[in-house]
Amino acid sequence: MTIAIPATQPPRKYGIDFTKPVLYGFAAVLCVLIVLPLSWLFLYSLTDSKGALTLANFYRLFTESSFYDPLVTTFIIATTSAIVCCAVAAPMGWLVARTDLPFSGVIRALVTASFVTPPFLGAIAWELLAAPNSGLLNKIFRGITGAEPDVHLFNIYTIQGIIFVISCYTFPYVFVLVANSLDRTPGELEDASSILGGGRWYTARRITIPLVLPALLAGALVAFLQAMTLFGSPAILALPAGFHTMTTKIWSLFQYPPKPELAAAASLPLLVLTVFLLRAEHMILGRRGYSVVGGKYGAPRLIPLHSWRWVAFIICLLVLMLPVFLPYMALFNAAFSPVATTFLTFKNATLHNIQFVLFDLSAASLALKNTVILGTATATIGTMIAVVIAYVTARRAVTGWRVLGFLATAPIAIPGIVLGVGLFLSYTRPPFVLYGTLWILLIAFVTIALPSAYQQLQAAFRTIHPELEDASRILGATRLRSLWEITAPLLRTGVIATWCFIFVGVMRELSAAIILFTSETKVISVLIYDLNESGDLGAISVIGIGMLLITFAVVTAVNRIPGFGNVRFRN
Amino acid sequence: MTKPKISRRDVLIGSSALAVGATFATRVLSASPPATEITPALIEAAKKEGKVIWYTSVDLPLAEKVAKAFEAKFPGVAVRVERSGAERVFQRIGQENASNIHAVDVVNSSDAAHSIVWKKANLLEAFVPEDVAKFYPVEHKDPDGMFASFRVWVSIIAYNTDLVKKEDAPKSFADLLDPKWKNKIVKAHPGYSGTIMTATFQMARDLGWGYFEKLAAQNVMQVQSSADPPKRLALGERAVMADGNEYNIFEISEKGGPVAPVYATEGSPLIVGPTAMFKTAPNPNAAKLFTAYSFTQECQQLIINVGGLRSVHPQTKDKPGRTPFKDIKVMKDDPAGVEATSDEIKQKYSKIFKV
Repeated sequence: MTIAIPATQPPRKYGIDFTKPVLYGFAAVLCVLIVLPLSWLFLYSLTDSKGALTLANFYRLFTESSFYDPLVTTFIIATTSAIVCCAVAAPMGWLVARTDLPFSGVIRALVTASFVTPPFLGAIAWELLAAPNSGLLNKIFRGITGAEPDVHLFNIYTIQGIIFVISCYTFPYVFVLVANSLDRTPGELEDASSILGGGRWYTARRITIPLVLPALLAGALVAFLQAMTLFGSPAILALPAGFHTMTTKIWSLFQYPPKPELAAAASLPLLVLTVFLLRAEHMILGRRGYSVVGGKYGAPRLIPLHSWRWVAFIICLLVLMLPVFLPYMALFNAAFSPVATTFLTFKNATLHNIQFVLFDLSAASLALKNTVILGTATATIGTMIAVVIAYVTARRAVTGWRVLGFLATAPIAIPGIVLGVGLFLSYTRPPFVLYGTLWILLIAFVTIALPSAYQQLQAAFRTIHPELEDASRILGATRLRSLWEITAPLLRTGVIATWCFIFVGVMRELSAAIILFTSETKVISVLIYDLNESGDLGAISVIGIGMLLITFAVVTAVNRIPGFGNVRFRN
Repeated sequence: MTKPKISRRDVLIGSSALAVGATFATRVLSASPPATEITPALIEAAKKEGKVIWYTSVDLPLAEKVAKAFEAKFPGVAVRVERSGAERVFQRIGQENASNIHAVDVVNSSDAAHSIVWKKANLLEAFVPEDVAKFYPVEHKDPDGMFASFRVWVSIIAYNTDLVKKEDAPKSFADLLDPKWKNKIVKAHPGYSGTIMTATFQMARDLGWGYFEKLAAQNVMQVQSSADPPKRLALGERAVMADGNEYNIFEISEKGGPVAPVYATEGSPLIVGPTAMFKTAPNPNAAKLFTAYSFTQECQQLIINVGGLRSVHPQTKDKPGRTPFKDIKVMKDDPAGVEATSDEIKQKYSKIFKV
């Protein structure tokens, strides 16, 4: 007996599929975003101030000590910071992800807090804490020991001081990579090792550490690159310490008379080193990705710390005092005390700084407006681009998806200040005269934010099985429609987290902004830099605290939008 | 220092440089324009524009006080202060001008050489406020009416009175080379500050670059703006400042801060800060009103009283308790000299101090 199944004709629509034109459009935009500034950068580095071809810029770069000294300094700072970050973040990540550490959520939240803190603000706060004579910690030290006025415990105006401050605000990158990797590693592998007779240390050495090694290596690399390309902290601390790093040197080349050709040449070593390191990482890890996600695994086995639980927790808290508690206490102190590094008492408390920032500082409202506009626009546009590209690469939707993925990741190799120089050279001349508008900053911020946004969303896409989309496609929806109606709702949390991440990134960004701003397009970070120039530390503290409140408010507000559910804000 | 080469500053970015020769030829003949009073019509026109953008290197709290005083007197015209070090203001204006961005209405720089460059590049508007025409000494106003001295002060040595006893304080620049000041000196940077650019020029001329080489060996703490060393002294971060604004020292000490000025026996570098308005000012009437106001006896007395600055307006009075300006031995100012050598100064300086 046969049952005749009525032939169902799927309701096919013969509408035009806009997928391809849209995607190629994105590719073209990305090309312009990245290729244009880099081309100008290369061209400028090979010309003299009159425009003739020359190698003189590079000759100066490698023969004059005023150029190669900063290069060496930068290398030392970046290497040491990367080591420090790994040494602190890897054990902490392990404790949080793999042990029964109490309040591990609190630790994660505090790491996020240090990530959200702009590095330049952290540097200023540490200036208040650990300047050799006026620093609060040194004052306490002298108060306790009765030491002479010149004796100090800490001196932030040293290369060690800069390494310390950079590490404070870079270690979250390593922490997140390591902790996430450990979160994802199933406990079964370790159980198998134990069952087969492996002791705890043997298991750690042969199973856990190798599994987490790629994440640690990636973390070390990110930390190195961050430390190398950071402008904020060195800009605050290097000048008083009496040396330049590569980024502050590049910035100083824009002093009058500007020497963009030298700045371009000085940018290239940073670019080349970044590309080289990313390639090296790729070669070392090769295909040795550990495909550990798949099927259903039990939750990772938590190692009981027994009596060490609270010790470990207290150590974590002590470490997190350095990037979070102490700096914010110092900023709070400076905001309300009459002189920035005088200890606040009920008697001497003053609202003078608050009043100054709110009512007298005429540049503040414009800078705040610009920052909020740019933060919102960058986060929205950046998330949109990242979603599309992540989708295309995750689903291999068009030929050439690899190129698109590469283009979206490429900006990671361009340090912010280098991008700033490149964009400045690109958009101060026809046909694109964007300098002096918010557009040029928007382009810079989107470009800077793209790689991490793309990677976050790609990870989010991987968790959504294509069969859902396929079903929609089989039923006749175009790709864009199924993306909009099926995938997008599933991606909500990932998208919101990315949006917040980019918004926070804009608040933190100084290195490209410092090259690209004009008085009409000043942002808060640049305003803080300007205030630091003339030593107005009280005003900086007020703005810094305000900036943090705005960040938290925006992140909370976005998370509360009805229907979006609650996103755990994770970097 | 007097070599007649054309410095890079003359070739102020872009096309405007081409116009220099031609403009100069006609300017020499033209007299300064007639003085402008603050008339109700000007106030009305300024109110229509509603705002004025003031680029300046005056220490920010003082700049905002001047802005607030102006806003109180002329309600409806808001002042936005764009404050950074004079050399950065100069760079910013050059960079914006080269990109055809015209954001600045009125500028007040602490490097008098800047006005010379802007004038040569034909960027300034000839505008003579009534007070300037009537009261200002000839040497403090441009013959073509392009700028006049808004403020005058000196870059001085100062010390923290909690850390240094009066009798131990340095008396001269030479004293700062004493080994006892090693690690205890703070100083600002000519790459950012116009005051320090001017001061470095005068000190290098009178004391020689060798002085700076010896000073660098004292391991000085380097900051940017000339407003910063007084603030570092007040924090107690360093005991002595080798250069910085006299007016910040007054401002801090008169509020009870632990700082005191020293007028070096060699003479203190004399700093003159001219104000000018730009031809391309987006708010030309508000710019005129603000410029005119800034030279009035009222505003000049304000910058003396609350700011600690000096004024060349003859109707102003020194504030009691401060050393009268005429009693201070000053080095001779020479904006043209600074203009010709500023690039060289920056390079030599960063070679010596490594930053």
